[in-house]
Amino acid sequence: MSDWIARAVRHRSFMIGGVLTFVLLLMAAVSLFWTPHNPYRLNIRMRLKPPSWDYLLGTDAFGRDVVSQLMVGAQNSIVVGVVAVAIGLSIGVSLGLIGAARRGWIEELIMRFSDFTLAFPAVLSAILLTAIFGPGSLNSIVAIGIYNIPVFARLARASGNAIWSRDFVTASRACGKGGFRITVEHVLPNIVPIIVVQATIQFAIAILAEAALSYLGLGTQPPTPSWGRMLNEAQTHVFTTPALAVYPGIAIALSVLGLNLLGDGLRDLIDPKLARQR
Amino acid sequence: MAALLEVEDLHVTLETSRGPADAVRGVSFALQRGETLGIVGESGCGKSMTALGLIGLLPERARTRGAVRLDGRDLLAMTEAELCGIRGNRIAMIFQEPMTSLNPVHPVGRQIAEPLMLHRGLSRAAAREEALKLLDRVGIPNPAARIDAYPHQMSGGQRQRVMIAIALSCNPDILLADEPTTALDVTIQGQILDLIRDLVDERGMALILISHALGVIAENTRRMLVMYGGRVVESGPVGEVFGRMAHPYTRGLFAAIPRLGDGRARDRARPLATIPGTVPELADMPPGCAFAPRCDLALEACRVPPVPAVSIGHDHEAVCIRTDQTVGQPGEGRP
Repeated sequence: MSDWIARAVRHRSFMIGGVLTFVLLLMAAVSLFWTPHNPYRLNIRMRLKPPSWDYLLGTDAFGRDVVSQLMVGAQNSIVVGVVAVAIGLSIGVSLGLIGAARRGWIEELIMRFSDFTLAFPAVLSAILLTAIFGPGSLNSIVAIGIYNIPVFARLARASGNAIWSRDFVTASRACGKGGFRITVEHVLPNIVPIIVVQATIQFAIAILAEAALSYLGLGTQPPTPSWGRMLNEAQTHVFTTPALAVYPGIAIALSVLGLNLLGDGLRDLIDPKLARQR
Repeated sequence: MAALLEVEDLHVTLETSRGPADAVRGVSFALQRGETLGIVGESGCGKSMTALGLIGLLPERARTRGAVRLDGRDLLAMTEAELCGIRGNRIAMIFQEPMTSLNPVHPVGRQIAEPLMLHRGLSRAAAREEALKLLDRVGIPNPAARIDAYPHQMSGGQRQRVMIAIALSCNPDILLADEPTTALDVTIQGQILDLIRDLVDERGMALILISHALGVIAENTRRMLVMYGGRVVESGPVGEVFGRMAHPYTRGLFAAIPRLGDGRARDRARPLATIPGTVPELADMPPGCAFAPRCDLALEACRVPPVPAVSIGHDHEAVCIRTDQTVGQPGEGRP
């Protein structure tokens, strides 16, 4: 265990990713109790102010504090990421494991369904869903979650198949264990590391997709602060106050970068063999 | 008395990219309660496929024909769920590779306890108690400390002992051991085989021991089958077979065992005997006797199917038409 920590500390991208992700989480956590200003309060007299001691990053076109909005926006991104990944992971991994355990036409059906879903880009299928069910935070979360299902299904099936061909699975079949027991006791525990790594990366993709949807006006609705919506609102003033577009952009970029680095680092740390093969 | 296990005309066909290949072509034998049977042959002769076919653990692209009757019930006709109740409970198996046959993410004690909870309905605590006793019985020192060890913390020999403990856990009627010592070093091989033999005696289990080593078969079983090209070419009590080796293949296997002192001056001119040629591809087995292309004694008649089984002695048969040439010269005794 101490060996693991030592390796983690030495792993540069894991540490950078860890710190960035920690800052993201911290921002969201602090914003639950405290923000410098009320992110919802409009103050027309203070609109488009440059940074000052009172407003560290200035104010937007409605006079709302940018720092407060960024902090509350982090909450939004995390909720979207967690729920979307949870939807994709639970359904996708179950489907993938069923495919690996049953093979035959069931596997074929699950995989062709995955291909079908993956054929549409995430944002496109999200637009489709919001067109049907109307824009909103919940719909965008569901849309991103659905996009995550085939990603996890394919991963779980591929790595599940590899585990099914291992000797210890044959040995446990020789002990009289059925497909369900083997899946739960032997296959799932052995693919958890791969799934965790994929989950961090899908988390980043979900944040990005949510920002894109909100930017298009299909995701989080006003007045709830969201990084994508801040980008959208900044667009109008991009020639007079370009900084307003830069801040949420940096927040999105750093979060996505941090989660990706964290995922890569985790992969290297959990399975050194995998890192060498790459 | 009806046999415990009767295998009748077992065929295993593998779907390969080159078309169907017959890995096992009509194997029949009977196993009495408490009997020990050895199956010997080189790689690819179908001995492992026979064992896996018995309990329905063949790879997906394999089909079986024939009958495998356990107490009169045909295992090949059973559903997967019924088979799950047989495997590990009445027929248990030990595999060749102890390094990979244990799940790396669970402690060994848990892996021994699982079949106990599954087949005998023991509680977690009772199964753990039982696992402790089993670990002790298979000779793991200090079982109380080792029960929570992970497989990577154990040596190959210890892992094979754990595999044996798992196989024994439900007191099976039949123990299938597929090359249980091939992956271990020589000193450990002896210990593991001794352990298996003791346990078989102690519990009155029947044993099917699969090996490519004639010596292992000779020391640990009473009856033996010699397989070549998916068929049984010679069968009989171990003493009979070693005393009067009838099939040229059995004789070739025996001659190919290196002996201590082979390097001495007297023998230096004589290199280790080998069987010329290689095992035929499964997909294109020669008609008639599969061994004919490699056999010194082969006649034209050997290449015409079917090759009859010839009785050599009490309960001793060889599938060969040239036994007049071989049995005249009895084998050189047990190794």
